[in-house]
Amino acid sequence: MKKLILMTAVLALSAGVATAQTVRMGTEGAYPPYNFINDKGEVDGYERELGDKMCELAGLTCEWVTTDWDSIIPNLLSGNYDTIIAGMSITPERGEVVDFTQNYIPPAASAYVGLKADANIGGRVSAQVGTIQADYVAQSGATLLEFATLDDTVAAVKNGEADAVFADKDALLPFVAESMGEFVWAGEEVQLGGGVGMALRKTDTELRDKFDAVITTLKADGTINALITKWFGDEAVLF
Amino acid sequence: MFASCADPKTLEGLNWLLCYLTTGKQVLFYQSFLTVLTLIAITAPIALAFGFGGALAARSHVAPLRWVGKGYTAMVRGVPDIVFFLFVPVALDQGLEWIRHKTLCPEWTAPVRQGSDFVVCAAAKLPLSSSPQSVHEIYGFVLAIIAFSVVFGAFAANVLYGAMQAVPQPQLETAEAYGMSRRQVSRRILIPQMWVYALPGLSNLWMILIKATPLLFLLGVADIVYWARELGSRKSAIYDFPHPDWRLWYFLVLLVFYLAMTKVSEVVLRRVTARLTRGQATMAGEAMRKAGA
Repeated sequence: MKKLILMTAVLALSAGVATAQTVRMGTEGAYPPYNFINDKGEVDGYERELGDKMCELAGLTCEWVTTDWDSIIPNLLSGNYDTIIAGMSITPERGEVVDFTQNYIPPAASAYVGLKADANIGGRVSAQVGTIQADYVAQSGATLLEFATLDDTVAAVKNGEADAVFADKDALLPFVAESMGEFVWAGEEVQLGGGVGMALRKTDTELRDKFDAVITTLKADGTINALITKWFGDEAVLF
Repeated sequence: MFASCADPKTLEGLNWLLCYLTTGKQVLFYQSFLTVLTLIAITAPIALAFGFGGALAARSHVAPLRWVGKGYTAMVRGVPDIVFFLFVPVALDQGLEWIRHKTLCPEWTAPVRQGSDFVVCAAAKLPLSSSPQSVHEIYGFVLAIIAFSVVFGAFAANVLYGAMQAVPQPQLETAEAYGMSRRQVSRRILIPQMWVYALPGLSNLWMILIKATPLLFLLGVADIVYWARELGSRKSAIYDFPHPDWRLWYFLVLLVFYLAMTKVSEVVLRRVTARLTRGQATMAGEAMRKAGA
């Protein structure tokens, strides 16, 4: 009898360990409204809320970690965290190094912002280093000015270093909306990438499938659309 | 922090500022000053020890030891800091995880290196994935201290090596003429006299170390420059306390901090120099002797 109790206790414990698998979620914390650090000093934003929902549904314990955008993939590969959930667009180049889940944000527009509507988008254009927008600017023939964070790319336009900044439209939206006319959209919008997905190590197929399944569920029950509207406004592209 | 700060949108003027300056995020900024001070307080002595060992090894009469000493300084000095900072902690971390993997999970057959992935069993993770974030931060901090110590130790080794060469040869020869062994000459004559020659170089290193802490963020440890940038950048209405680009103000705070650090360091170094110069066969030592006489 004692043995039986002990066995069940051990089983319960190991089951508890198995279900409470800890997944470390890596993000940048400097890309509102996707992810940012709120005034309490915690990670917040669309991806935080979505990530927590996904972990709850998948029965995982999630811990949030921030890191430099620059070293976000190397840190994933060396195992400092298990996922990247940081507004990362799904591209074939990245797909060679990491595995993506299906997208949790539909392919959205990238846009130019300058100080005037006819800003020279073929001139000096700032973009965040290592983004699909930076690649696009480099190929467009414009002079690419790369910066470590989104804030720096916008600041470059403000102080005249760059003619325009090129980034995700949703990320630039608050800058334009709150600049009281100082920043305006310039040029045409561009469709880039295959939407935003979560990146995992290629060897972590089990975890990827788990998140994939959860995203399917959340897409089907409308949770993701509701979250997109909440964080990106009514005009955002929905699934 | 204060109950009156519960709804920041209704606050104005000084109250707003007071609440703003006591948000959790600001407190993290204040704490990062402690992080930086702790880091340099721990790193400096360890780096000095590394440097001392490296310099002695580089002067050694045992060839392999000499190669190690020379190789250490040449290699670290030749590699850019930022490369080293990405390499040492990652190599160290993966090395430790590999050893733990081999001992803790012998039944695991899959290779550790799979493409660009580094895969060890869950039990071998360092720190364990399940341990709280604070443990991860302390671990990263320790790795940072080791990386800083190795890098700055190499520079210190070269400074100390030069200082040892600068000690006047007649002093050492006299000691030998008195019948002292090589070891005794080193301990009694060379080392006590070399510090005064090493001090200018070491003080340079110290100042560089104080300002090298932004490299910490490569290892996931948030330092003062990271927080100043993060807090100072323009905050849209998505935040509780929206404000325009205040990086200038935040960097001014850093400027004051660094200037204060420089001032304190200068005062301390001047005292140490005066103490070490006493009785030395240098111009400053001679001047001191004459002034005293």
